[in-house]
This record gives sequence, C-alpha cells and structure tokens, in this order.
Amino acid sequence: MIEARDLTRRYGSTVAVDALSFDVRPGSVTGFLGPNGSGKSTTMRLILGLDRPNAGQVRVGGRRYRELRWPLREVGALLEAKAFHPGRSARGHLAALAASNAIPRARVDEVLDMVGLTSAAGRRAGKFSLGMGQRLGVAAALLGDPAVLLLDEPVNGLDPEGVRWIRNLLKSLAAQGRTVFVSSHLISEMALTAERLVVIGRGRLLADTTVAELSAGSASLEDAFFRLTSEAVEYRGNGAQEAMS
Amino acid sequence: MTTTAETRVPRVPSVPGGRYGLAQAARMEWIKLRSLRSTWWTLVVTVAATVGIGLAVGLNSQDGSVDLTNNALAGVVPGLLLTGALGVLTMTSEYTSGTIRATLAAIPRRPLVLAAKAAVFGVMTLIVGEAASFIAFFADAATLRHGIAAPTLGQPGVLRAVVVTGASFCVIGLLGLGLGAIIRHSAAAVAVLVAGVYVIAGAIGIVAHGTAAYMPLLIVANSLSTTKPVTCGTDAASCPHFLSAWAGLGVLGLYAVIALGVGGWLLARRDA
Repeated sequence: MIEARDLTRRYGSTVAVDALSFDVRPGSVTGFLGPNGSGKSTTMRLILGLDRPNAGQVRVGGRRYRELRWPLREVGALLEAKAFHPGRSARGHLAALAASNAIPRARVDEVLDMVGLTSAAGRRAGKFSLGMGQRLGVAAALLGDPAVLLLDEPVNGLDPEGVRWIRNLLKSLAAQGRTVFVSSHLISEMALTAERLVVIGRGRLLADTTVAELSAGSASLEDAFFRLTSEAVEYRGNGAQEAMS
Repeated sequence: MTTTAETRVPRVPSVPGGRYGLAQAARMEWIKLRSLRSTWWTLVVTVAATVGIGLAVGLNSQDGSVDLTNNALAGVVPGLLLTGALGVLTMTSEYTSGTIRATLAAIPRRPLVLAAKAAVFGVMTLIVGEAASFIAFFADAATLRHGIAAPTLGQPGVLRAVVVTGASFCVIGLLGLGLGAIIRHSAAAVAVLVAGVYVIAGAIGIVAHGTAAYMPLLIVANSLSTTKPVTCGTDAASCPHFLSAWAGLGVLGLYAVIALGVGGWLLARRDA
C-alpha cells in the first residue's frame, strides 16, 4: 500500500509535483502514466525518500520511507537502468545491498536466477547491455522479497522476450498480493500489464482509475490517454497535434 | 531460464527483529569497497610509490648526519595523494554511477551511510598506510650505502615517526572522503583535494610563515615523519614553529572530521 497525500515538490520556480494524492493498493499492477516531464520520476523519488517534499507526505505500508526498519525487505525499487558501479559485478552489487538489510547471501543467487543473469553474475556490470542492466535492477528490487515494488520504466531497453517476461513477472507479483507500481510512457504496454492507473500531467493528478474505466468510450487506451493529457503536455513535437486528431 | 520466474514462489527471508544499523551499513560498504578492482590497484600503487620513492631518497643519502627516518618516509607525500583520491572516488563514484540511490534506498539514515564508509575506508587505509610506512622504513634501512648506520625502531622518535606517518594515510583518505561527500563530482573534488592539500596550502605556508605549521603537507613532512623537531639552522627568525607529531596528527584529524561533518550534513539535506 502506497498513500500519497498532497505531495508537493518544487525545484526553484518549477512545480514538479503539485498537491498529488493517490493510493496504490496491493493485489494488482498499478500503472503510473504521464507525458515526459509530468513528475513521474520525481514522485518515485519522493516515495523512496530520495527527494524531500515541500509539502504533503507519502507513506509506504503505513510508514514514511525513512522510518522503515528494513527498507529493502518492505520496498523494492527499480529507478533507473545502470544504477550500479560499472566496475562491480552483478553479484557484488547485489551482495552489498543484501548485507545492508541482513538478507541471507543465498538470496543473491536466487534473484540472479529469477532474472536470468546467473551466467553473467561475475562479469563487470559496466559491460552489460541496457536490457541486462534492467534485469539487474529488477533483481535488486526483488532482493528483499518486498511487499511493495516500484519500477520506473522497467521495459526500457528490453527485447520482446524481456518485455513479455517483465509483464508476466509484474502480474504474478501482484497476484501474490504485492503492491506493484509501474511508471511507463508506453501506453500499449500498460494496457496489457496494469489493471489500475494513476495518470498525472504537470505534476497534478488527472485520473486515478482502472484501465477498463479509462478506455471505456475511447477507441483505445491510447486515445483516452491523449484526451486526458491534452491540456497537460509539457514537451510536444510539431507533428503531435495532427497525430492526435 | 527466465521463464521460471512466474512459476517460482519466492522464498520469504525471515525478517529479523530490530532495525538496520551501523553494522549492516559497514558490511555493505566493505563489500562495495572490496568488490572493485580499482580499490586494490590504487592501494598497491600507493604502497609501491611510498616505498619506491623512499628507497630512491635513501640510496642518495650521503651520510648519517641527516634524519634517515625522514628520508625513508619521503615517499609518503605522493603516496597520500593516491589515498586521498581513493577517498574522494569512494564517495563520488556513487554519484557518477547512480549507485547512491540504491545505497540510500537501502540505508535511508544518511549520516549512517557516511559513518559506515568512513569506518570501513578508515580501517583499510590505516592498515595499508602502516604497511607502507613500515615497509618503506625497513626497505630503506636495508639498502643504505655501506658505512651509514641504519636507523632502528628502538632509537628515540623513530617508531613514533613511522607509526604516525602510517596513520596519516588514513586521515588524508578520510579528508578525501569528506570532500567527495561535499562536492560529489570526482574531478572537482580531486582538484580541491590536491589544491587544498598540496598547492594552495603549500603556497600559503611559504607566504605566511605563521600558518605553515598548520598546512597538511607541511605537517606530514615536518611534524609526523621526523624523529626530531625540525630546526631552522641560522634562519630561525623566519622559521615557523612546527607542531609535535601527535599535535600534527590531531590537526590533520580535525580537518578530516570537519570535512566528514560538513559532508554528512549536506548528504542528509540534499536530494539524492
């Protein structure tokens, strides 16, 4: 369970997240959608206590992130691909994280096996492809067997087999009763993966709904998304207007 | 092998009581430090440079009238630069690679992260620094020119000089770590370390003699690595009054504590 209440974050005069309130419930995959620059990544960082809100608060499992007793056992996060030292092996990276939260060392090989990196575990992670980096990030998120998972753009750089693998993994994690919160700008992917959606634009909540509800009355989830965010797009190419109409 | 993920029911690791603390954070930092090959290379080169330069200076000693211990430890000054830079990189490489976010998500109490890094890195550089200092001393004593009486650890001030000089690796390393936490960018932090410890501090010491005794490098050269107080010969009027070995180590330690304190405070306040 993730509960955001009036979450606000400004950088100088820019309001990145603006009085954002939403709940992410356990048992289903919740997609987090929004145009580029809408505040998705900032919101993710606020949930993890990496950035501090100017106002409001967000709780994970009833507590602020900084109050968690064993954070990796409660929340697993994939924030960016390649958030690891290029000179360290995948196994070394995971072993360090495991030690920080007293997670048994055997769990490292388990998650490496789950993401299919066992054969590459001893290699310097700097040589990894983007897709392998994403798999390592997923392994790190699963390390503490957490009840809450946050993933920022997890399918970036994955091949079609990897995209399907992530989709099935997220669904099975949700089916186990976990809270799964996934940001993406790939709407078609979210249509396949998520049941619930939180949509934001310019840092404000535009919809907190289900995929079925949002797509009702539109030809596709994509059309519904464009209608919802048409007023809240920060960066737009010149061709976009025609494409939308 | 990837399709097993859906069928596998992940094993639930038993959740221990209590909360993460310094022990867990230190274990993480130790694994991070030892799992990088660059750590070991830098330490090997640090010892090699310290011993090698000390040997070269020792071989050029003409007679026993100079402070032979001080000559044997002549390689410490460049060696310290490597330890300081390693301290900087131990912190800044987390920002360069993005690892800092994984680290802080695992240990959200940020001052604990820096304390753990300082403890692990401090112990490692203390051990390596003492090794470098003692190896340089013994290697030098064994290779002096025929006819020069080699210094021994039993002579006045010799053991103290070798020990406090070894400890200076740890202190300068921690200063680098603190600067890395403050500045966060590798090149800028290394530049500040080099400028602060070597260039500017040296220049200030030359211009303003009264402050020379408090400049890091002059402390190492004139207070720590000497067996007897540095005297100024006939030019006593313009000669600074150098600190004793232990006071010098204390002043260096104070610089490191200030850098780590400010670094920890900023780490806790800033966005990651």
